[in-house]
Amino acid sequence: MRLIAETLAARRGEDLIFSNISFALGSGEAMVLTGRNGSGKSTLLRVVAGLIRPAKGRVDWVRSGAGALQLPGEVSHYLGHRNAMKPELTVAENLGFWRDFLGDMAGGAGLSAEEAAERVELPALLDLPFGYLSAGQQRRMAFAKLLVAHRPVWLLDEPTAALDAAAEALFARLIRAHLTAGGLVIAATHQPLDFEATQRLEMKGFQYAEMEEGI
Amino acid sequence: MGIIMTALLLRDLKLSIRAGGGALIGVLFFMTVVAVIPFGVGPDLNLLARIGPAIVWIGALLAALLGLDRLFQTEREDGSLDLLLMQEHPLVLTVLVKCLAHWLANVLPLVIASPLLGLFMNMNEVGIGAVMLTLLVGSPALTFIGAVGAAVAVTLPRGGLLVSILVLPLCVPVLIFGVSASYAAVEDPAPFLPPFLILVAITMFFAVLGPLGAALALRNGGD
Repeated sequence: MRLIAETLAARRGEDLIFSNISFALGSGEAMVLTGRNGSGKSTLLRVVAGLIRPAKGRVDWVRSGAGALQLPGEVSHYLGHRNAMKPELTVAENLGFWRDFLGDMAGGAGLSAEEAAERVELPALLDLPFGYLSAGQQRRMAFAKLLVAHRPVWLLDEPTAALDAAAEALFARLIRAHLTAGGLVIAATHQPLDFEATQRLEMKGFQYAEMEEGI
Repeated sequence: MGIIMTALLLRDLKLSIRAGGGALIGVLFFMTVVAVIPFGVGPDLNLLARIGPAIVWIGALLAALLGLDRLFQTEREDGSLDLLLMQEHPLVLTVLVKCLAHWLANVLPLVIASPLLGLFMNMNEVGIGAVMLTLLVGSPALTFIGAVGAAVAVTLPRGGLLVSILVLPLCVPVLIFGVSASYAAVEDPAPFLPPFLILVAITMFFAVLGPLGAALALRNGGD
């Protein structure tokens, strides 16, 4: 299993956000995206997820062994700035819905909503409406969403925003477990997270010097 | 695939019933619109009976369009839309199921409330039955057309009225054939079946085209 990006460039409106980004990630490898605000970390994650079309270049998901071709987005969990949980529904209903809707991919099985809530150490909150939770608790439950369905690739955009130190350590543990199980992680983050990143990509934003090279 | 789509349908139905879902707002709006007509037109019972089917249909049309802008916007606001877009199963199917849930929660209550409003308009039982039947058959088309507008306007913060204006021209055929079928049931010389069958055809046509268009708009509206 490999996630390969070649000479990616992306635009937001008319502006080029980044260009000439290439990387290759294999099973069990993690990449950390760093860079100042606006350097294109979130945009890169959305391009990999297939939510934004790249202006140039391509992202491919290559699986060992012949099988149906899948887009990188289809094999990925995406944890964005927003939690993708409904405040009106209880946590159990939210997790249960994503468990059924996302479904498992071959090669792994998702946890039940109860087990996932236990992994993020908030088992008592399952029956509360998601909107009643604090920002940090909401983030942890959004992370539990990654555990209810199996996806080999995790795309994490500032996963530890609004979290305390204990929860940061918890997330790092869950990410390490995912890597050990052969998963791939791309995380954009400002805080140093306690897991072994095999690659680091510092986003510098668009360099005007590259303009001459032609995009 | 069945489990996936049932989960989506049940979630959307739950959401529309829970606080803030607004399933009953449409019915209230429908009742308000139709209930004030007799006060405006005056106590001419024959006139009311004559314009009854048209008024009930117009009221239902406007009420059906009322909550449509929220169809994808709530999903976008909390980030769920990203996850809906990323999946392997066809987006068209996801949109179709969301339309179905919206119709069941927001538009079916209008169909059920229409006989009561028919009484307000002094319509006879045949007329009331005909309006209810044509609404039942024609209103899904409104939801499917509206879904395209909702998908196009998903990134606009105040797209509510814009969605209604965008889709209104496309809804006019539904209104025309719905009302003419209702009149045909009451007035003898006009045949009921041709306009009714055209209404059925319009609904089936938009059941295919609406989700396709909405899915296309959602894919390309990415940001």
